[in-house]
Amino acid sequence: MDSYKIISDIERNHILALTKKGLRIDGRGFKDVRDITIETSYIPKAEGSSKVTLGNTMIVAGVKVAIGSPYADTPDSGVITVNAELSPIASPEFEPGPPDENSVEVARVVDRGIRHSNIVDKDKLVIIPGEKVFVIFLDLYVLSYDGNLYDAGEMAAVKALMNTKLPKLPPNFAELKGEWITPVKEDIEWIPLEISDYPVSVTIAKIGDALVVDPNANEERILDSRLTITINAKNEICSMQKGGAGSFTFEDISNAIDLAQELAPKLQSRLKETK
Amino acid sequence: MALYKYSIPSKLIDENGIRVDKRKYNELRPLSCKIGVLPKCDGSAYVEMGGNKVLAGVFGPRKVAPRHIMNPNEAVVRTMYRMATFSVDERKSPAPSRREVELSMVIRTALEPAVFVSYYPKTLIDIFIQVLAADGGTRCASINAASLALADAGIALKDLVTAVAVGKVGGKIVLDLCDLEDKEGDADLPMAMMPQNNEVTLLQFDGNMSKAEFMEAINLGMFGIKQIYKVQQDAIRAKFKDISEGVAESEIEEERELENEREKERARVGKREGEGESDD
Repeated sequence: MDSYKIISDIERNHILALTKKGLRIDGRGFKDVRDITIETSYIPKAEGSSKVTLGNTMIVAGVKVAIGSPYADTPDSGVITVNAELSPIASPEFEPGPPDENSVEVARVVDRGIRHSNIVDKDKLVIIPGEKVFVIFLDLYVLSYDGNLYDAGEMAAVKALMNTKLPKLPPNFAELKGEWITPVKEDIEWIPLEISDYPVSVTIAKIGDALVVDPNANEERILDSRLTITINAKNEICSMQKGGAGSFTFEDISNAIDLAQELAPKLQSRLKETK
Repeated sequence: MALYKYSIPSKLIDENGIRVDKRKYNELRPLSCKIGVLPKCDGSAYVEMGGNKVLAGVFGPRKVAPRHIMNPNEAVVRTMYRMATFSVDERKSPAPSRREVELSMVIRTALEPAVFVSYYPKTLIDIFIQVLAADGGTRCASINAASLALADAGIALKDLVTAVAVGKVGGKIVLDLCDLEDKEGDADLPMAMMPQNNEVTLLQFDGNMSKAEFMEAINLGMFGIKQIYKVQQDAIRAKFKDISEGVAESEIEEERELENEREKERARVGKREGEGESDD
């Protein structure tokens, strides 16, 4: 299992030796994020979509909107669900099959970043309180894996939400009950989804004693532990996830937060400047 | 609850033979193919055919896992066709549907005749297809992408496999059905061929046609396939053209640098000589 975590000793030792000299295997500095490209409205039939590349990592995010029932415990809130699929085209080691714990973790980390930044006001997704709400399905497809699916996924998800549109429903929708006639696509007036935050995540890997940002696949294979920190537009922390079988000291965590807060505004401006 | 439905025009083809998307009966939708798009695959291709967006990735020939599927005489070809949840109007469940399982098999049997499987005994060739956007004829776009990905992986092939769907709308035989024609038309006939020897490797049919109409349809399909085949071949050439141009550019660049250095050297030597002269 998890065969993609296997790496040769020679590569492991090489990366560790480089780290001691302050270098990384792909020539980056410890604080350097790989090149990012962002494409929007990539999928014609999705209500919102994006394609993000982070180095050789590539993720396509798509939003589908449906009218459904709210959760019993939150009758006055809309629903957002995030799902991630690690497509076998993404890496020779990915096996076809149902989502494993790695893809569920990506989906959950991205989901929490979105949920706790209040990017979307879920109360505004309510159509009839307690009965009908907009359900937003956000699906991430990992098409190429070269490490750090968390940051690329978060960015793709936020960008897809930024160009999501909701259909305008008739004002008497509540009275229509089950009599509502599904409209013809061309007749729908679309309203952009209101976005009130630009959360970005910064993943920091601890390799030996070094903290490096945006680990690539080989760095992910040898890291002791990693910390994904999601930062909102006010530069506050809104979610965190520690991963990997190693540990962090308090000092490491404090340094990692400083790093994330230093890098987040640059990533957020990348999100905002792409139309 | 579905958000919207489509308006279905009363006629899918008008008196002048113009279809719902303004095409003539024998006209293909816009098509583009690119190979070598996925960095982690041995071979890959991206195809846009009308509104379809399809990515195909090939791994192999590689070690067979699980071992019990190994064939001691030939390569085992495994194909997986999946549609993204957001590729269609109403969100599709991410779990594989019966349709996806069947299409994976149909696509495999369309491609396998082109692969020299006996060249690679005891190995596995994996073909993974991800449909990102669907617009009628995804299996044909998938076959076109997958055969390019096999070629990009350097796997020995008899020929590329090229596919298109033909059908009948409003009593007329038409080429390359779009989503609406596929759903509302009278007949749908996806077909794939190895164009060099006119060998048919995929044939499915749904609807109603006479034999004469059927023969007309497959001839029209062949007419489309020849055009698609050319676009596929150009996609393969384009990759190597890019590489050779890249090499040429870097050679010119190197030559220029060398020339600059020689220039500097000459200047330095000249200056030294000049200094020498002034000493005299």
